[in-house]
Amino acid sequence: MPEDKDKLILGDSAFTSRFILGSGKYSLSLVKAAVEDAGAQIITLSVRRANTQEKENILDYIPKGVTLLPNTSGARDAKEAVRIARLARELGCGDFVKIEIMRDTKYLLPDNQETIKATEQLAAEGFTVLPYMYPDLNVARDLVKAGAAAIMPLGAPIGSNKGLATADFIQILIDEIELPIIVDAGIGAPSQACRAMEMGCAAVMANTALATSGDVPRMARAFRLAIEAGREAYRAGLGRVLARGAAASDPLTGFLR
Amino acid sequence: MGNAPKRSDLIFDAAGLSPAALARKHQLERDPSCRADVMAYLPGMEVIESDLKDRVRAAMAAYDPSRYTAADVRRTLEHNRISIDDLQALLSPAAAPFLERMAERARAETVRHFGNTVYIFTPLYIANHCENYCVYCGFNCYNPIRRMKLDKEQIEREMEIIAKSGMEEILLLTGESRSVSGVEYIGDACELARKYFRLVGLEVYPMNTDEYRYLRGRGADYVTVFQETYDVEQYEKLHLLGHKRVWPYRFDAQERALMGGMRGVAFSALLGLSDFRKDALATALHAYWLQRKYPEAEISLSCPRLRPITNHADVRPGEIGERELCQVLCAYRLFLPFAGITVSSRESASFRNGITKIVATKVSAGVSTGIGDHASKYGEESASEKEGDEQFEISDARSLAKMYADLTGEGLQPVLNDYVYV
Repeated sequence: MPEDKDKLILGDSAFTSRFILGSGKYSLSLVKAAVEDAGAQIITLSVRRANTQEKENILDYIPKGVTLLPNTSGARDAKEAVRIARLARELGCGDFVKIEIMRDTKYLLPDNQETIKATEQLAAEGFTVLPYMYPDLNVARDLVKAGAAAIMPLGAPIGSNKGLATADFIQILIDEIELPIIVDAGIGAPSQACRAMEMGCAAVMANTALATSGDVPRMARAFRLAIEAGREAYRAGLGRVLARGAAASDPLTGFLR
Repeated sequence: MGNAPKRSDLIFDAAGLSPAALARKHQLERDPSCRADVMAYLPGMEVIESDLKDRVRAAMAAYDPSRYTAADVRRTLEHNRISIDDLQALLSPAAAPFLERMAERARAETVRHFGNTVYIFTPLYIANHCENYCVYCGFNCYNPIRRMKLDKEQIEREMEIIAKSGMEEILLLTGESRSVSGVEYIGDACELARKYFRLVGLEVYPMNTDEYRYLRGRGADYVTVFQETYDVEQYEKLHLLGHKRVWPYRFDAQERALMGGMRGVAFSALLGLSDFRKDALATALHAYWLQRKYPEAEISLSCPRLRPITNHADVRPGEIGERELCQVLCAYRLFLPFAGITVSSRESASFRNGITKIVATKVSAGVSTGIGDHASKYGEESASEKEGDEQFEISDARSLAKMYADLTGEGLQPVLNDYVYV
């Protein structure tokens, strides 16, 4: 079956699901159902949420066998991100890390420069590094050089549910970068996730879209279906879209011999 | 002055003051000429370059809440982004009939930024000595309450008891006495707190940048300073003695804290001391402009109202009821959708249950505003002479376990800590 070969490769790991699920902003009791309904094999979690002695640790709510993708949210520079990543390792979260470095508490936009530095350091320490970034081709190339396992450009400001506001720039990354491009942040509806996949994104990450929906597990399922549909459409190759009018059935250049 | 309370309603003479103290107190109250200049820095107070004070005061002076109409409020609620003028409309009396619509929108913003999570913390008063005469405060220097300062062993004992309850975030408070509760003493407390908790906040007297940097180095993460009122004229009449009298030094405390490396700062006026609409505007603008200057800073707002205080039963707080408080908080949320909002145990359990579903992102639990009484309050031993008096009465006395269960029952996700010390 050719489908079996369609895998998302991140570092040394292969995944059949292309939906990366976020675990923030909703009740821990819903995490398990969300993972199952999403069919997700990767779940992100904030190290700062896992770093707790409280009776409800998010780590206890994530089903076994799911790959943890701890993020460094809360880090303001590369140094802090590196420290948080190491802490994630100590907490038993494995070697994957999603770098999030923000110097702005209002929009939570990523700091690309510091992200490059952190990627370089953590890749050298053997982490599988997935950097969250503002979609900039030069930065993406630097991240490849720094040892990233994928590039995670934002679609719109995090939590905004505004969809692919940066679609044109993400398309450039898809066209020019060999690594998987995973849209992270801003995706607010399954239709937007589907479009990202049709464009050629390797995976989609969503969190707030689920957390702010009326039914977290059901929305997780909707995203799974949309992402699968978008992936299949991408693999099939989308039919052409005509800008205006219809195509002449007799070619204009038919008279040429 | 709008609906500010009369100062005479706030002032009280506690029993037990010496005739000399009483005479001095009355002189301060009655003769403005014997009081220091409220805008003049005292020796040792750092002066920083910042135009925020002037901007906030100018905005406050220009704000006329009665100018706004229902049509203005309706228009405001159509806007995607809430401007400063929109904020003024939302804080005006004209917005009162739109409270439900404001709450719906505020709730959507809160969910977008924070999901259904609500943080829980507890305050720990380690001292109640105070060198200031703020006429409305139970800790003021002319109120002969039982003063107390916990030593390191006592602080650690309190922290152990609190940590055992499961709490991971603590807010350390002292009265405002630099001579009794020195910066180093507060540093010792921070270091101890770091042993037992993941996140350490400070609500102590304002200090200089290098002192904030020192406390950051000893484990403090964020700083709360309440301006009490941004109305300088009213401030002058209520804060009669001590370093707290210096309005501009207090105003710049958050900025100095950020310059000293603190990760977050919290703001508030004590609503009811002056026109609450103007004070709410000033609070929001203070936070807004400071965040623009320090975009990495975590910003949060509190919303205390005056409550009855020890040794003085008949305080009449300014006219701000729960509906008005809710309106202020919704306006804060719409103007500063990313800001944390803390609702303290001064408010009732029913108000806090309701408001956490609309705007609040942090609530306190297991609260005592007395000194050294967690052992008795947490049921480990009976109350003793060794406890210091409380600053004010709280309304919502829920324990951590009860608060946790109640929030969960409301469909919210309590979070005890969301922080990595980096």
